[in-house]
Parts: sequence; C-alpha cells; structure tokens
Amino acid sequence: MHTTADAAPIALPGRPAPARKGMMRLPMIPKLAYRNLFHDRLGLVVTIVGIVFSVVLVAVQFGLYLGSENRIAAMFDHAEGDLWVVPLGTKSFDDPAMLSGRERHSVLSTPGVASVQELAVGFVNWRKPKGGSTAALLVGSEIREGSTLPWNVAEGSASALAAPSAVAVDSTYFQELGITRMGDRAEINNMDVTVQAVTKGIRSFTTLPYVFTTLSTARTLLGAPADQSSYTLVKAASGTSIEDLRAAIAKRLPDAEILTHAEFRKRSLDYWLFETGAGAALIAGALLGIIVGMVIVAQTLYASTKDHLNEFATLRALGASAGYINKVILIQAMLSAMIGYVLGMALSLAVIWAAEDSTLLIVMTPNLALMLLALTVGMCVLAAICAIFKVIRIDPAVVFSR
Amino acid sequence: MTNYMLEARDITKVYHSEAGDIMPLKGVSVELAAGELTLLMGPSGSGKTTLLSILGCILSPTSGSLQIAGYSTNGLSAEGMADLRRRHVGFVFQSYNLVPTLTALENVMLALDLRGASRAEAPDLAWEALAAVRLSHRANVMPSKLSGGEKQRVSIARALAGAPSVILADEPTAALDSENGQAVMALLSEVAKDTRRAVLVVTHDHRTLKYGDRMIRIEDGRIASRARRRSMSDAMLAPAAA
Ligand SMILES: Nc1ncnc2c1ncn2[C@@H]1O[C@H](COP(=O)(O)OP(=O)(O)OP(=O)(O)O)[C@@H](O)[C@H]1O
Ligand SMILES: [Mg+2]
Repeated sequence: MHTTADAAPIALPGRPAPARKGMMRLPMIPKLAYRNLFHDRLGLVVTIVGIVFSVVLVAVQFGLYLGSENRIAAMFDHAEGDLWVVPLGTKSFDDPAMLSGRERHSVLSTPGVASVQELAVGFVNWRKPKGGSTAALLVGSEIREGSTLPWNVAEGSASALAAPSAVAVDSTYFQELGITRMGDRAEINNMDVTVQAVTKGIRSFTTLPYVFTTLSTARTLLGAPADQSSYTLVKAASGTSIEDLRAAIAKRLPDAEILTHAEFRKRSLDYWLFETGAGAALIAGALLGIIVGMVIVAQTLYASTKDHLNEFATLRALGASAGYINKVILIQAMLSAMIGYVLGMALSLAVIWAAEDSTLLIVMTPNLALMLLALTVGMCVLAAICAIFKVIRIDPAVVFSR
Repeated sequence: MTNYMLEARDITKVYHSEAGDIMPLKGVSVELAAGELTLLMGPSGSGKTTLLSILGCILSPTSGSLQIAGYSTNGLSAEGMADLRRRHVGFVFQSYNLVPTLTALENVMLALDLRGASRAEAPDLAWEALAAVRLSHRANVMPSKLSGGEKQRVSIARALAGAPSVILADEPTAALDSENGQAVMALLSEVAKDTRRAVLVVTHDHRTLKYGDRMIRIEDGRIASRARRRSMSDAMLAPAAA
C-alpha cells in the first residue's frame, strides 16, 4: 500500500531544450571556481602570497636588469653618431683607451661623412676639497650649440663648461665626490677644477662617478696631446650607406675598430651584463622568483584540488565532461593569477617608488608589466595542469563508496 | 517493442587484484521499465553497488551488454559514457554528494548546466525540481545547513532536473532516520510514476519494500529472485542475510 497514493501528484520538471550554439550558458563553471577558491581562505592567502612574492621578485630583478641596461646605454642614448671609431679591443664605453690621434683627419677626408665629434674619456683621480680622493670617469666632449653631452643639466649650463677647468657632476654623486653645491672646487689628477654645472640622475653602471667637461679640458686633465681622443663619433651624410662608410673608414684606419652605434651599444651591454655576470645574476634571481612562485602556486592549487576531489568525482559521475572540470580548475587558477598579479604589481610599483631616490635604478615598462602578466598567467596555468592531471585519474565510482 | 528504459544482459564484472581475481557480478540481466520503481536487494558484498555503477555507466562491465534509453554503451569511451549518463541517468547517493560550496538551488542548477540547459530556462527548471521535492523554501541554503533528509531531497531534485530516463539510487535512506527515509522513498515512488522514467533503488531497509513495484534479489553476483509487487510474499520480503 502506497502511503503517497492519495497525495497530490507532483509536478515533475521538464527536459531542457537541446543545447544550441551561441546559447547563453549558466555561469556555473566560474561560480564553482570562485566558491572553491574562496572556500578555503587560508589556502587562498597562501596562493596569493606565493604569486605576489613571485611577481615582486621577478619585477624587481627584471626592473634592475632594465635599469642596468638604461645606465649602461645612457651614453649611447645621448651621444649622436652613426659610427664609432674605437681603440682595438675596447670592451665598453667605460673601458677607455686612447686612439692614435690621426682619426679625425682620416675620417673627415672620407667621402660621405657629414660631421665628426671626438670624445676623450679616461679614469681620473678626484681629490675631494676636504681631503681624501676617489676614482672617477672623465668624459670630455666637444661642447657647442646643440651638444647632447652632458644631458639633464639641473644647475648651471653645459656652455658654462667652456670656462677653463670647469666640470659638470651629478647631484647624486655629491657625497662621493665630497662636494655640496655648484661652484665647489676639487682637484682632478692634481689640477684644480670647479663644478660649473650639475646634472640630475646621470649615474654609471660601474658606480664610478661620471665627470663631464669639454674635450680640451679633458685632454689637459688626462695629459693627452691636443689631437688625441678615445672615441671618434662619425655622422654620415644623408643618403650614405653606413656599411659602405664603415668599410671606407676601416680601410683608412686599420689600427682602430669601426663599430655602428648599435654594435658598440650592444657590446657595452653584453660586457657589463654578461661577461661580468652582473646581468646573469639578475636574470638568475628572476628565474628563481618564477620557480618559487610556480612551486607555491602549483602546490596550493594542487592541495585545493585535492580538497575538492570528491566534488570533482561527483561532477564526473553526474556526467561532466573532462573539459568542464578542467575549466573549473583553470578558472580557479586564473582568478588566483589575476588577484596575485594586481597585488604584486601594486607592491612592485611601491618598491620602485621607494627606491627612486636610492642608488638602485629599477625600471618598470609597459612591456615588463605585460611580460609579468603573461608569466603570472602562465605560472598559474601550469599549476592548473598539474592539478588537472590529478583529477583526470579520479574514478567516478568513488561516489558510491563514501 | 518493450518500453524498457534500461536493459542489461549477462553483465559480469571482474576486478583483478594481487590477491587474485574478484568477480562481484557473474552474469546479471536486468531490465527497468518506465513508470516503475524497482528495488534491488541483497546481502552486503553481493554486488549491488557494482551493478548500479555499471547500469549508470560509471563502471564498464567486463562482459555483457547495456542499453539505456535505446542507446547501446558498447565500445563507448570514458567521455562517451560521461555523455550518456549526463543525458539519461540521474543518481541519488547514500551520502548525498552535494557540492558543499553551492546552495541547494545552485546544486540543482549545476546538474542543469551539465545537461546543457540555457541561462533562460535553467532557473525555472531548477525551481520546479525543488518544488517537486517540496524544498522551495530551502533553495538558498547551503548543504551544511540542511538536515540529512533535506539533503537527500535536494539530491533527488538534482537527479530529476533535466528529466533523465533512468534514476539510480544507492541506499538513499541508509543515512536517514525512519521518518525521513520514508519521505525519500515516497518521493522516489512518485518520481517513478512518470511514464517517461524508470527508477532503481538499492536498499537494505525492509521498511522501503512497500514503495517498490518490483523487487530483484541479488546474491553472490547472481540474480536470486525477481518478484512483482502483487506476488511479493512475506518469505521473499524477509531474507535471512539482510
Ligand atoms: N574497486 C574494487 N576493487 C576490487 N573489489 C571490489 C571493488 N569494488 C567492489 N569490490 C568487491 O566486489 C564485491 C561487491 O561489492 P559491492 O560494493 O558491489 O557490494 P554491495 O552489494 O554494494 O555491498 P554493500 O551492501 O555492503 O554496499 C565485494 O566483494 C567488494 O569487495
Ligand atoms: Mg553497496
């Protein structure tokens, strides 16, 4: 005897219409991902901390790398020329030697040359006004109307360097150079000099302070003859092939190397970043950040997936396709990636901002930001794939054995 | 032409293990007719859950054939099996297996989403299913806040949503007190009255007998007896091992 025989018949739900393409689906996949993620708050915090740590570490390491590049390349970004005549075996701009002295003449007599500018660069001994001394890198250039060296002049002017014994230094090096303001005096290689211009933010990668002056003052301070220089910068006349010009100059100057602007820039970068290992260390640090982040994310996402394994088995038993379950895990990973990225970027920018006035140069560019985003997402997707491998192997039959 | 929603022929299942092979099913044939509730009974370890898993396309049989709603499971891949059970089978588990992070309504919606319901129709269908198990008032409650009986009714709503051809329940009342167990069985027998659907319930509980239209007894992997409701004798209803 049915106890329900006289109960009102229940209205049974109907069957959904067959799925059509372009039909709006329920947001159950993102909802499940979101609930799974926020269900385990501690796990979420660990995941986010892992991603943030990773993003900040990688941002700072790559930012330092870019900052180093900027510093090493600063001279190239401000010196104008198509070809550089450099002493044989020059490794970088900051590794100066002297050319023989006849380069200017030879270059100027080469067809297709528009102008020539000489640089005299050398290590000098800077004696501080209150005693003590330090090494510096003296950069002497032809200072005239439209000269690009030095740049970022904050006090005084580049043309003031035309005065005898006038030099320009950077305000960030005041302490190292033992001076406090414009007009202070010091000695370079035992000769008096006066600070007649102050630049802002020109720092060398090597940490040796740059001291700017005119070509002729530099020759005097370096004890070089009046025709000698370290580098001869060549500007090609418009319409001249740089390669042809290089070959023509090389023929005239067999004892020097003729490099394009890009080549010398790259050689300097490669030298400091890779031959010295400084850049490699930064990249290694960044890789470490990536690996640590990946392990933390993979570990926590895997743990979270394991916690929800029974639900995934239930989903599977209810007929969820593998794709359905993979999407839940992937979206869960992407949500963590987004939260971690936003917080990580905010913290990175704070670190960069805090380091602004220090001697460290950390650079954030839109490209670096995009790369970090790709990296964070990639890291989380990889972690998700690890978790998916675990879920793929669940047997939906476990739903009956609990 | 029969109106069997499910037909299984000579199903065997062998598990290979280091201790030797286990054969929980030794040639079982079952057919489930639309509009009927079939009870599957038998002692512990007799192969009831194994059979239910095979009938629900969760396990593949070692040999034998299975048709659900006219579709043969022969040679289906894991994804093909998932597809078939999604479209034609609803499950009710002893331990409910609701998703703990989703509300009652959302649990039902999840099943509808799996079955491809659109955003437009799913909410209505989900509410209908909850109304059918008389739980509309608990729609937005999390499973942890529901009683066992309520959880099982949500899981019946979940199985009903999308109107599958076959509903398979493994000891749906085992974790419930008598009153809730009766309510759940009453609900399942109502569900079975729909002529588009067959219901199979594995049970140990003799108080559930009155809800069955048919009963199949399985012992040691073989069908021991079958009976129609009219002819279920007291002797059949009181097996020693149960
Ligand atoms: N995955 C497996 N591997 C090996 N043996 C198994 C497996 N699943 C079940 N068995 C065995 O198959 C036999 C039947 O098990 P099954 O779970 O179908 O029994 P049952 O009738 O549902 O029992 P109960 O009433 O206790 O739930 C048992 O001997 C069991 O140990
Ligand atoms: Mg069982």
